[in-house]
Order: sequence, then structure tokens, then C-alpha cells
Amino acid sequence: MLHLDHVTLEQGSFRLTANWAIEKGTRLALLGGSGAGKSSLLMALAGFLPLQSGRILWAGQDISGLEPAARPVSILFQDQNLFPHLTLVQNLGLALNPRLRLTDVDRSRIEAVLDRLGLSGLGPRKPADLSGGQQGRAALGRVLLQSREVLLLDEPFAALGPALKTDLLALVAELASASGTTVVMVTHDPADARRFADQVVLVHDGLTEPPAATAALFADPPEALRAYLGS
Amino acid sequence: MADRPVQVSALALSGLIMTLVLGTALALFAQAKGLSLRPADWSAIRFTVLQALLSTGFSCLLAIPVARALIRRRFPGRAALIVLMGAPFLLPVIVAVLGLLSLYGRNGVLNLALQAVGLPAVSVYGLKGVVLAHVFFNLPLATRMLLNGWQAIPAERFRLAQTLGLPSPFRHVEWPMLRAVLPGAALAIFLVCLTSFVVALTLGGGPRATTLELAIYQALRFDFDPGRAALLAAVQFALCILAVALAARVTLPMGLGAGQDRALAVPAPRGWRRLADALVIGLAALFLMLPLAFILIDGLPGLARLGPTVWQAALRSVWMAAISASLAVSAALMLTLAAATGARRLIEVAAMLPMATSGLVLGTGLFLLLRGFARPEALALPVTIGVNALMALPFLFRLLLPEVRILQADYDRLAQAVGLKGWARLRWLTLPRLARPLGLGAGLAAALAMGDLGVIALFAGDGQATLPLMVQRLAGAYRMEEASAAALLLVGLSFALFALCDLGGRRAAP
Repeated sequence: MLHLDHVTLEQGSFRLTANWAIEKGTRLALLGGSGAGKSSLLMALAGFLPLQSGRILWAGQDISGLEPAARPVSILFQDQNLFPHLTLVQNLGLALNPRLRLTDVDRSRIEAVLDRLGLSGLGPRKPADLSGGQQGRAALGRVLLQSREVLLLDEPFAALGPALKTDLLALVAELASASGTTVVMVTHDPADARRFADQVVLVHDGLTEPPAATAALFADPPEALRAYLGS
Repeated sequence: MADRPVQVSALALSGLIMTLVLGTALALFAQAKGLSLRPADWSAIRFTVLQALLSTGFSCLLAIPVARALIRRRFPGRAALIVLMGAPFLLPVIVAVLGLLSLYGRNGVLNLALQAVGLPAVSVYGLKGVVLAHVFFNLPLATRMLLNGWQAIPAERFRLAQTLGLPSPFRHVEWPMLRAVLPGAALAIFLVCLTSFVVALTLGGGPRATTLELAIYQALRFDFDPGRAALLAAVQFALCILAVALAARVTLPMGLGAGQDRALAVPAPRGWRRLADALVIGLAALFLMLPLAFILIDGLPGLARLGPTVWQAALRSVWMAAISASLAVSAALMLTLAAATGARRLIEVAAMLPMATSGLVLGTGLFLLLRGFARPEALALPVTIGVNALMALPFLFRLLLPEVRILQADYDRLAQAVGLKGWARLRWLTLPRLARPLGLGAGLAAALAMGDLGVIALFAGDGQATLPLMVQRLAGAYRMEEASAAALLLVGLSFALFALCDLGGRRAAP
């Protein structure tokens, strides 16, 4: 279970509170407009933003004080998910060994992941030599190899255009359910939330609503969601 | 965030730099206690300030028409001329002085020409020569700073001025930029001229043209009077601190990188002003290029006949420059990595502090502090290496800091997310991403160290001369063919070191 226990974030005059939990294996969307604070919440989960107060618990353990790499989470950013000066093998290798001393076992695991993502034979290339979609899948390969229990997505693939984004999100959903990974995705697009998430947390006015089942939520939108959807 | 070990070592290094700079100053003040300034010292102070003011004034005023002409005209060779404007920064001072002497010296081309038409000869020694040499070095520097200023003016402002039918964009568009950029440029140049040693050593001298730096050198090297040297160095330090304190109030422009060819934003008037611009550019180019040409012409014939002591000095200079540059680059990298996140103010102050002193001041202070423990000859090479690294640090710090900030902004989170830290982060992220500025910085530091003639002149014993010192000694002994050849070798090696590091950085960059 991922539990946000009376969490408050503060950045300047901005303030956000969250006090809710989701079950392991859930695919959750944090939905809200720009500036609502959904990305800040994700950065706090990832360990880039310290909490003002409260705790974040995973499986009953307080993880709020851990460094990003020590948390049971992996993250895909909006962009800058791959180091442009390293090859795909090196980029993915960082997930297995940050010193890049890769064993034969590591290398074959990387090859296997590249194969699974349709990137066979592209290991020696650098990101700039790949298409946008291939770069997105390679970034996904990195988090697959990190094989953490929670995957955080910060509006990923948004720069790739709607069709590619939808494809890649479907791939994430498929891989996540195969491994039982809990996913928290930030999005401003209700369509993403409906396609991808089991549950939705609305972020607005410095508040986060408790998680609600996606289908039920959109069937009967509460006031805040109606205001956001503009219907 | 930078790793904790980086933060800790950067703070320790900052402490060391502050101790060195302020500790040597304290040693000077302690040694100078009870001594008072003699008339000769006062005249050195007056001359130091006067020549620095004149040099700064001429450099800045002349840079305005040159930069304005360069920014609004397009002609073949323009880009090359702008690149050439960067050359004096890397040119060893002693070499440039020899070039200027071939042109304006007693037996120089100018005086030969005057003689031929029956006019009296002009002397390049004294105030005139010192200012001339300083303008040769700093006019290009000022021009490049102003070019940057002009390029930063949005094209829309010129268009607005044209739309409004203003007779010239000068008053409302260009003058505000000059008012913003000139004070910083002037202070940067004033600081350089205040601590200039080699120019005064070669073109100045005597009771009427001695700078403080030269007086320090003479007190220590010829009069064996450490107390007087300390007093003069303390005065010099106080002058520099004053100038740096003034400089802290205005932003100093960097003066590196200029001259991208983009669409012409500045209106280019026709008629006589076209001719005037051509004349200005032509004169500036001649002023810069003629001495450089003479270095080549004078130096080439003797190059093959250089003796083994010159080659040994060259080798010594190269390895000393290599060590100096490595030290300076490592220190600058460590300080910028820490300053991009942690205790910013303190580290920035420490990194810029060497600007408030000079090689000779540091050297004199170190000499006073260490003379009980070691002979000056034993200190000559290590102190020169250290002082040169220290003097390059402010440049490298300002060169690297923006690059490090970009690196942190782009990749810090990803590095943290995959747990990349310590040496692995340095090897796989920091060094490859910063290869280009690191190479450029190493090149600058190496060229500056290679050409430096300061501390070494204070301490060097037999068989310890660096190449610049060798050039100066040969010229002082009127062995001009050898001096010119050694000067050519020196400038060649300086530029080669710079190019090697810069190219290496570009090659290594992803």
C-alpha cells in the first residue's frame, strides 16, 4: 500500500495537502490543471522535494527520508530521461550498475529488455540517433530494469504527439500489470486518465481529493471535475 | 545536488584560497609595519594609477568606434578579425612587447621611416610605451565586450528607432547599452593594467616610469630589501582590493565568445560614414596585426639556431603550464559544482579573490612567509605553478559556472533517480557533458601560465628560467635575434597548448 499520511508540501506561497492511500498494483492518475501541484506531489514521492510535514509510507515503511535512488520507486520525467552522450546499453546499464561495470549477465538482461521493447540491435546507438518513439521506449527500458515496485510518470511522452503517447501508455499499462507494479501518473488530459488509470486523484486549489474509481468518477463528475472539464 | 564530498572539499579549497590570499597580505602588512613611503614610492603609486587610467581610457574610447564599425559592416575576413581580437588575451606579454618594439622601438620601422624623411625619432619608453602596450592588449578585449553588448540589443529596438524616424539610434538605443557595459569593461581593464608587470619592466623603469609591481621586483631582486618590497606589495594589494570592491558593484562582462554572423540588426549608414568605418576597421586591424607580423618576421630566421638552454626552458615552461592548468581546472570544476548548489556566496568570493591580488604580491608574501623554511630557488618552480593556477581560477570559475548550472538543471534529477553519484557521476556524466568548456578552460589556463612572467622573475635561480624569462633575459642582453626566435617559440607553444586543450575538449564532447 502507498500511503500519504497527512502530507503537506510548500513552495513559496504554494501549499498542497494529501492524506490518502492506494492499494499495491493500482494505476493512479493525478489529474489537474497546470500549476495545481500534481507534479510537485510526484516529485515529493520520488524524493526530489522534501515534505513540509507528514509521511510517505510504502508497505508500512516510512520512505520520506530516503534518497531518490534508495526509494522503491522509478520515475519517467517529461523529458531528459536518457543521457544524450551515452549509448542505449549504457543508459540502461546505469539502472543495473551506476558505475557501469556491466557483467555478461547484465548485458544479456539489457538485450532482452531491448528486444521486448522492439529495440533489437539499437543498443550501441545514442538517443539522438533514435526516433522519438524509440527514445520513449528506451526510457521505459531503463525503468523496467530498475524493477522498482512503484513507477512514477510525470506527463511522459507528451512531446511525442497523441498517437505515440497513447501507444506507449498502453505498453506501460501492459508491462505494469504483468509485473504487478503500482503506477502513479501525472496528467492534465482527462482522456489519458480514462484510458490508463483504475483510480483518479483530482488536484485543485492546493487540495488532493481522495482516490476515486475512474469509471464512476467520470460517469458522475463532482463539482471540481466538472469545473475542470468545463462541461 | 552535488555530493557531500564535493561540498566538503570545495569548502576546504575555498578556505585554502582565502588563507593564501589573505595570509600573504597579512604577512606583507606585518613586515611593512613601521616603514613609511618614500618620495620614490609615492611616484610609483602615482605612475601606476596614471598609466592604468590612461590605458583604460584609451582602450575603452577607441573600442567604441571599432566595435560599432564591426557590428554594422559585413566584409570578407570579418569573422577572422574578430577571432584575432581574442589573440592578445593568449599572447605572452613579453612577446607582444618585442613585437611592439620592432615597430615603434629605437631601431623600429617607425623611427627608420621618420629618419628617412628627416624627422626626429620618437621614444617608446616611459609612459607612452606603457600605455601603448596596454592599449594593444586591451583594445581588443574592450572591443569584444562591446560587440557582445551590441549583439544583445534586440533588433526590434533598432527597428523602432527607424520607425520613429530618429536621426540616429545612438542616443536612445546604443548609448544606454554603452552606459551599462562600459563601466564593467573599464574596471576589468583597469585591474589588468594596475597589476601589469612585464610591460613596466620592459618599457618603463627609471624614476618617472616605475609601477608598484616593478618597484616590488626591484626592491626584492636588486636591493634585497624585503621590508620595502612588503610595503609596496601591501600598497598594491590595497589598491587592487579597492578596485575589486568597486568592480563588485558593476557586473563585469566576460568578453569571450562573440561575432556570430546573424542578420544585420544595426543600421549601416552609407556615404562618408561607410568610409569612416572602413578606415577605423583598417587602422585597428593594422594596429593589432603589425606587431604580430613582426614577431613572425623577426623570429623565424633564428629559430633553427636556438641553443639548448632555450629548449630546456621551453620544456620546463610546458610541463609547468600543464600542471598549472590541471590544478586550475580541477579547482574550478570542484568549486563550480559546489557553488551551483551549496554555499554559493562563500565559494564565489573565494574563487574571485585572486583578482584582488597579483602574482608578484602573492609571490612576495609567500617569499616572506617561507624564507625561514626553504631557499627561494627551491620555491621558484612550485610557487610559480601554484600562483599561476590561482590567477587563472577566476576566469575558469566564471567560464564553467553557467555550464555547470545547465548541467545540473538538465540532468541532476535523472542522475539522482538512477543513483549516479561520486566518481561514477564524474566519469559518466560531469566530465563528458562539460568536456567542451573544460577543454577551453584548460587551454586558457595553460596559455596564461605558459606566457606568465611574474613570480618566476623574483625567484628563479640558475637553470630555472622559464621560456618567458629566457626571452626577457636575452632581450635585456640585446641578443635580439635569439630573443625574437625564443619569443616566436613561446607564442607558438602557447597557442599550441591552447589549441590542443580546446580541440581535445571538443573531440571528447558528445
